[in-house]
Amino acid sequence: MARNKIDSSILDTYAQNTWCPGCFNFVIEGVVKEAILELTKKGLKIEDFVLVSGIGCHAKIVDYINTNSFYSIHGRVIPVATGIKLANPNLKVIGFEGDGDAYNEGIAHLVSAARKNTDITVVIHDNRVFALTTGQYTATSPIGFKGKSTPQGSLERPFNPIELMIASGATFVARSYAGNPAHLKRILKKAIEHKGFSFVEVLQPCVSFFNPAKFYNEKIYKLEDINHNSSNYKEALARAREWDYSDSKGDIPIGIFYQVQRTTYEEMILKGKKLLNSKISQKFQEILREKI
Amino acid sequence: MKEISILIGGQAGEGIKQGGNLIARLFNRYGWNVFVYEDYPSLIKGGHNFSIIRAARKPIKSHKSKIDILFAFNQDTLKIHQKRIDKETIVVYDPQETEYKRGIKIEMDKIIQEQKLPSFTKNTLVLGATAKILNINFGLVKKLIKEVFKNYQRENLLAAELGYNLAPNILNLPRLRKAPKPLLTGNEAIALGAAKAGLKLYVAYPMTPATSILHFFAHYEDKLGVKTVQPENEIAAVLIAEGAAYAGVRSMVGTSGGGFALMNEALSMAGQAEIPVLFILSQRVGPSTGVPTYTMQGDLLFALNAGHGEFQRIVAAPGNTRQAFYLTGEVLDLVWKYQMPGIILSDKHLSESTFSTEIDLREVKMEKPKLWKEKGGYKRYLFTEDGVSSLAFPGTKNNVVKATSYEHDEYGITTEDAQRIKKMIDKRAKKKEALIEELKKKETVKVYGNKRSKIVLIGWGSTQGVLEEVAEELKVKFVQIQYLEPFPKWELEKVLKNAAEIIDVENNSTGQLATILRSHGFNPTRKILKYDARPFTTDELIKKIWQEIK
Ligand SMILES: Cc1ncc(C[n+]2csc(CCOP(=O)(O)OP(=O)(O)O)c2C)c(N)n1
Ligand code: SF4
Ligand SMILES: [Mg+2]
Repeated sequence: MARNKIDSSILDTYAQNTWCPGCFNFVIEGVVKEAILELTKKGLKIEDFVLVSGIGCHAKIVDYINTNSFYSIHGRVIPVATGIKLANPNLKVIGFEGDGDAYNEGIAHLVSAARKNTDITVVIHDNRVFALTTGQYTATSPIGFKGKSTPQGSLERPFNPIELMIASGATFVARSYAGNPAHLKRILKKAIEHKGFSFVEVLQPCVSFFNPAKFYNEKIYKLEDINHNSSNYKEALARAREWDYSDSKGDIPIGIFYQVQRTTYEEMILKGKKLLNSKISQKFQEILREKI
Repeated sequence: MKEISILIGGQAGEGIKQGGNLIARLFNRYGWNVFVYEDYPSLIKGGHNFSIIRAARKPIKSHKSKIDILFAFNQDTLKIHQKRIDKETIVVYDPQETEYKRGIKIEMDKIIQEQKLPSFTKNTLVLGATAKILNINFGLVKKLIKEVFKNYQRENLLAAELGYNLAPNILNLPRLRKAPKPLLTGNEAIALGAAKAGLKLYVAYPMTPATSILHFFAHYEDKLGVKTVQPENEIAAVLIAEGAAYAGVRSMVGTSGGGFALMNEALSMAGQAEIPVLFILSQRVGPSTGVPTYTMQGDLLFALNAGHGEFQRIVAAPGNTRQAFYLTGEVLDLVWKYQMPGIILSDKHLSESTFSTEIDLREVKMEKPKLWKEKGGYKRYLFTEDGVSSLAFPGTKNNVVKATSYEHDEYGITTEDAQRIKKMIDKRAKKKEALIEELKKKETVKVYGNKRSKIVLIGWGSTQGVLEEVAEELKVKFVQIQYLEPFPKWELEKVLKNAAEIIDVENNSTGQLATILRSHGFNPTRKILKYDARPFTTDELIKKIWQEIK
């Protein structure tokens, strides 16, 4: 694990960590703390960060980081985050979801948030397995995945969330790798700074149930190394399609696939007004008069 | 003349609802109290729609079966409503569409076509005809049309005039020297009550009969300062509301049974995470899709028991628009004070019927909830005497606000420790005791009719109007339960003490309130249940009560 100058232990909590030894969630947790602290150096206020998580191994992250948080329910990170952001657009709302959360249980929310360009960041801990429920296949597990619910191997084709997110209208679509913390931190900071819906899929080997670390280490390459044009929709889709989430073939690009600017959902809904502590003179009498 | 009932019937798309509303407003401006019942199937064009407009000198909150004036746009209307017609009923019909042995013939469709008027002006023609039949000054009709119609004013005026000129004068409805009152539907009153109690965000996915709350808030966004959001589904709706509440904004969701079923997991989270959020559950006929545009009180036990696990909630059921306004405001304030979910139970009959409504805006107040004042050291689930921890919202310097769906310690960190779990469950349970003490000072139960009668009618929700009127007429007592959770046992013990007969009256097939009463040690002696998806009318209920107690 890369050690950094910044002392992120000020964001530690007293919660007892219950991840497996060697779990890549530790890497993500460390990177998130550093990214947050580095962003506070750039002017963001620590009290304005709100972390939202679903349910799964990944979701425990909010217990381990001493910031505002909402530990919600399985698959529902995005609507909770949307509500928080609508209530107070000053807040930096970052959601943490498992692949089970985001791609199985809560996929409707993911597509809707991308379409509406809700101004939140969503980080997917894609270990390609339901880990906390002891290892069943998810929407990004490869065909033939052997888990307790599919002892003969899963039959279903995985889908490509990067492609789905670009097609659904997300304005920031990236993939990173928990095995490369420096890359992850760069991407994460950019995602948080992006105005609009930021989607960051993090490939996360699960040391207990699904560990393609060797495959990832061989196949992963960085989009920044090939001068990828992230404002080009077609190019972004083409890069996204290079890997179909199989466990044997394809080069796996990481980095920012696509980034554009578009009016956010909150801007459209709130039209410059605010909900928190808003003081408007309500015109009840006028309404009641209309009803006579 | 003490009262009058008018029915307009025709196909969906003919603007029956609008016509009924116009007549109601005319009566209202004439000093009469009105109640409008709307009956429509789940379709957009065709079928049979009707509105019953009842006007009376005394305050009313229900309709009767018998009709004094019937406007039939088609033959179906006459066939379907045959039983409502007697010798005295004035029948107005279009001879092109309909045949009838007697009555007033007005060739409504033909006239409208001849004058090249838009077809929806048939309703203003009916308004004009009503005014003439009842000898109401046409000037009032003109004024009403000018106020209501910003578009097609000329056409509507012409149609009303034609109706007025073609109809004969038969009766004489006296003008009463009473100020007109706002005419509100239950849903409008719910929305106003919530807005008055500080609502800022309404989140909903359309579902009859709750949908018009969404429309109302969207229409009056600038006047009420309430934003509306229509998300991808009901699950998102409730979680957006809970996210906003966590961040400090009063929010509410509204739906019917099916949507509420989808919200159950989040309802339970609101209990565990102590999120203040208000649910409007407007019942329709279930199970499942059931009969979408008709009424039933089938979800009382569902509202009380929805959501997994044990947690405290507040459930209240207004019976009319006045109560809908007060109770919604009161419960929204209570859910913030006690940091728990609340449910307002309405149904099609209350949500979509129109009532002359007297409300005092000052009576719904917004109290500041318990807020954390210190700089730092915040614990979201701090143990306190009454179980209520102070609120702080994200964005406040030096305070970390951790909400969670897991069982947790005071700070909001997950716990699986036996002692801590029990302590936190006890903390939440304490809130119930504090809440009950507060409710003891509120009107959890209302008593009407002859308060000394040993015969007691008991009910909840939208049957209030019909039961109040029937109790007065029969000189018996009527007990309406406004708060169903916490269940006001303390109050019922007083008002049911001397009862010889407790007759449970409900718009469902099993008598859900009776079941609850029994579980609290009360003994309803009889049940009068109606479950044909229609509300009780006063005459019908009186007949049923006579059959029971004869
Ligand atoms: C509504 C609901 N269904 C099922 C579960 C059980 N459950 C807990 S975690 C989980 C899967 C988690 O998978 P993922 O989101 O990928 O997280 P991971 O554990 O892999 O980090 C499931 C199905 C639940 N908590 N809630
Ligand atoms: S099961 Fe996998 S994801 Fe969960 S803690 Fe262990 S290594 Fe991490
Ligand atoms: Mg997973």
